[in-house]
Amino acid sequence: MTQTFIRTEMLPPEAPPARDSGAIKWLRENLFSGPLNTILTLLGLFIVYWGLSGLLPWIFGGVWNAGSLGECREIIAARTGGDGTEAACWAMVRERWHQYLFGFYPSDLYWRPTLAFGLLFVALAPVLFSQFPRKMFLLTLAYPAVAYLLLWGGSVWVPVMLILLVGAVFFIATRIGGGWGVTTFVVLLLLCFGNPLGNILWFLFRLVDALPFVAVPVAFEQSVLGFLAKIFPLFSHVHPWIHSILPWGLTPVNSDKFGGFLLAIVIGVTAISFSLPLGIILALGRQSDMFIVKSLSVGFIEFIRGVPLITLLFTASLLLQYFLPPGTNFDLILRVIILVTFFAAAYLAEVIRGGLAALPRGQYEAADALGLNYWQAQRLIIMPQALKISIPGIVSTFIGLFKDTTLVSFVGLLDPLRGVTMAVRADINWKGIYWEPYVFVGAIFFILCFSMSRYSMYLERKLKTDHR
Amino acid sequence: MKKTVLLATAAVLAAGVAQAGTLDDVKARGELICGSNTGLTGFGAPGADGTWTGFDVDLCKALAAAVLGDASKVKFVPTTGETRFTALASGEVDVLIRNSTWTFSRDTELALDFVAVNYYDGQGFMVKKDLGVTSAKELNGATVCIQTGTTTELNLADFFKANNMTYTAVNVADDSEGQRQYLAGACDTYTTDASGLAASRATMADAENHIILPEIISKEPLGPVVRHGDNQWGDIVRWTYFALLIAEEKGITKANFEEIAASTTDPEVKRLAGLEGDMGAKIGLDNEFAKRAVLAVGNYGEVFDANIGESTPIGLARGLNALWTQGGLQYAAPFR
Repeated sequence: MTQTFIRTEMLPPEAPPARDSGAIKWLRENLFSGPLNTILTLLGLFIVYWGLSGLLPWIFGGVWNAGSLGECREIIAARTGGDGTEAACWAMVRERWHQYLFGFYPSDLYWRPTLAFGLLFVALAPVLFSQFPRKMFLLTLAYPAVAYLLLWGGSVWVPVMLILLVGAVFFIATRIGGGWGVTTFVVLLLLCFGNPLGNILWFLFRLVDALPFVAVPVAFEQSVLGFLAKIFPLFSHVHPWIHSILPWGLTPVNSDKFGGFLLAIVIGVTAISFSLPLGIILALGRQSDMFIVKSLSVGFIEFIRGVPLITLLFTASLLLQYFLPPGTNFDLILRVIILVTFFAAAYLAEVIRGGLAALPRGQYEAADALGLNYWQAQRLIIMPQALKISIPGIVSTFIGLFKDTTLVSFVGLLDPLRGVTMAVRADINWKGIYWEPYVFVGAIFFILCFSMSRYSMYLERKLKTDHR
Repeated sequence: MKKTVLLATAAVLAAGVAQAGTLDDVKARGELICGSNTGLTGFGAPGADGTWTGFDVDLCKALAAAVLGDASKVKFVPTTGETRFTALASGEVDVLIRNSTWTFSRDTELALDFVAVNYYDGQGFMVKKDLGVTSAKELNGATVCIQTGTTTELNLADFFKANNMTYTAVNVADDSEGQRQYLAGACDTYTTDASGLAASRATMADAENHIILPEIISKEPLGPVVRHGDNQWGDIVRWTYFALLIAEEKGITKANFEEIAASTTDPEVKRLAGLEGDMGAKIGLDNEFAKRAVLAVGNYGEVFDANIGESTPIGLARGLNALWTQGGLQYAAPFR
C-alpha cells in the first residue's frame, strides 16, 4: 500500500516579498526602475529639498509683530545673531491686511462687504449645486440688488425700485408678447433708466454745432435738455420721492473707496455673471443666418478680442468720458466692469461656439423633428450639451478674467497686487518690502482660482453621461 | 512719441470738453479733486487708515483750505504715470500735484500749465561703498539699474555720452524692483531722482554701506499742473503755493500766524493775513485764503520738514529747495 500524500488543507498564502509589495514596490517601479530613473529621482529630491529648505524657514520663521521693516530686521537679527539669515516680515500683512481685502472702505462698515461676500455663496448655491431647492433662485435674482445696496450703500429704494420697475416692464412686455413685446420692453426700459430723447438730442445738437455756420443757442439747448432731464429717466424721480417718505438706507460709500480683493471680486464676479449670458448670445448670433445679427456678433467678437484688455481699460478710464454727455458722472468702477464684461464675453462666445460646433448635426435635426422652435431647441437640447462640452474652456476664461482684474491698477484703481502694494510700499515703514506682498496676494488668488478649478472638475464629473 | 501724440490728441479733445471755470466747479462740488500719486514715499501716499499724507498732499490740502475753507474737503485720485495728464485734461481731476516734471512738450503740446515748482529734484546715483567710487564720472563700464520709459533713462544716456563713458543698463519696472535688483547685486549703481534715492537708502538694512554720489545729472522741476486756458484757477494754485513760501520768508508758522497778524506792521504780512489790500477778491476768493492755507498745513518749510525734511526718516536736506534768501531756488513773487 503506497502511501500517497494528499494535501487536505491549503497552505495560507505567503505575503509577497517585501520588495514586491506596498510602498517599496511602488518606489522601485516608479522611481528607481533603472540607473537613469534613480539618478533623476535623486536629483529631483535634491532640488525639492534645496528649494524648500530655503523657502520654508523664510515663510515660517517670519516676523509677525513689528511696526516697520526695520524692526522686523532687528528682530530677525537678534534671533539669528545677525548671521544674515533672511526671513519674511509678515508684520506688514498683519498691519495692512484690511487694505488688501477692502482698500479704503470705511473700517466701521467692513461688515457690509463681508456680508455681501457671504451672501454671494447663498446666491450661488442653487446655480452651482442642484441639491438646493429651486426656489432659492429668487435669492439669486435678488442678489445683485442686495449686493449693490450693501457695497455702495445709499437709499434702500434704489435697488428695490430697480427690481420692481424691471419686473413691471418685463411683466407688461410678456403680456403683449412677440415682436411688439420686445419693442415695448426696450422702449419702457430706456424711458425708465435712460434719457434716450435727451441723449439723441444732445448728440444732434453737437452735430449741428460742429457745422461751420450754424450755432445752437446754449440757452435753447439747455432748456430743451433740461426739460427732458426733468422728466426722464423716470427711475431717477421715483426713488428720491419714495425715499423722502420712507428714508431707509445705509451710509453711502463712494466706489473710489473700493480696493484690494473687494475690488477684484466685485469686478470679477460681476463680469463673470454677465459675460456668460452675453457670451451665449454672441455665440448664437455668430451662428445665426440673419445677416445683421451675424455681422454685429462677428464684428463685436473680433473687435474686442483683437484689442488688449489694457486698451479697453484705458478706454473705460479716459475715452468714455468724451463720448458721454457732459455732466454725466459715470462711476469709473462701473465703466471698468462693463468693458471687462465685454472682453470676457467675446472670449466666452468663441469657447461656446467651440461647444456648439462639437455637437453632432443630428442633435439639431432631432430638435427640429420634435417640432421645437429655435429658443426651445437651444434651451432644451443644444445649450445643455454645448455648455457641458465647454466647461473647461469657460472656467479657464473665468479664472483668467479674475486674475486680469489686477490690470485695473493701470487706470489708477487700487487692485490688490500692484495698487495696494504700491501704497503700502510708499509708507516709509514698509518701503523696501518686496516678496511678502506678492506671496500674500498670490496665496489668496491661488485659493480663489483653485476653488473655481475644483468646482469645474466636480461639475464635469457630475454631468458625465457616459456616451463619450 | 506715439504716446505723446495720442495724449496730445486726447488733450485737444478735452480742451473742448473741459470748460473753463474750475473754481466754480470746485465750489459747486464743495470738494477739490486732486490728482495724486499711487504712492511715493514722503510725497503722497495713503496710510494704514486710508488718510493721505505727504509733501504734495499737503499742497492739495492747503489749496482746499484756501478755496473751500476746509483742508479736509479734498479727494485724492491716484493717477499713474500713464494716466495722469489725460486725467487732468479730461477734467477728472482739478489739479495735478504729483511729482510731475515741467518740460517743454508737457507745457505746450499737452496744453497744460505748470504753475509753480514746489520741489526741485534731480537725478542721482547710489552705489555701494565698497565699490570705491566717489563720483559719477568714475562709473565707466558700470551696470546701471534704470526704470524704463522714464526721462531718467534719457538723462542717463546723455550723461554717459557727454562724459565719453559706457554702461550696461539693467531695466527695472519700478522703484521697488530697482532697489531689489541693486541690493541683490544685479547692478553696480541705481539711478533715479535724488529724493527717491534718499528714501530708498533710508529704509535699507545697511544704509551705512551705500552712498549717493554728489553729481546730479538732470533738472527735475516738479510742480502742480492745471489745464491750459483757465488762468484764474492757475493763479489760485500758484498764489496758494506762493503764500506758503512767503509765510516762511516772513517767519510765519501755523502756530504764530494769528499772533503775528495781530501785531505786525509789515504791509505784506497784513495782505497775506487778509487785513489789507483786498487780494482774495482779485482771484475770486475771499481775502483770508492765504491765511487759511498757511493755518491748514504750515508754511513751506514746515511742510517740507514734516514730510521729507531732515527730521523724518527720509532726511532730505533743503538744498535747492531752500528759500532764495538762504541760497536756494524757492522764490515767491511779491504779494501785492
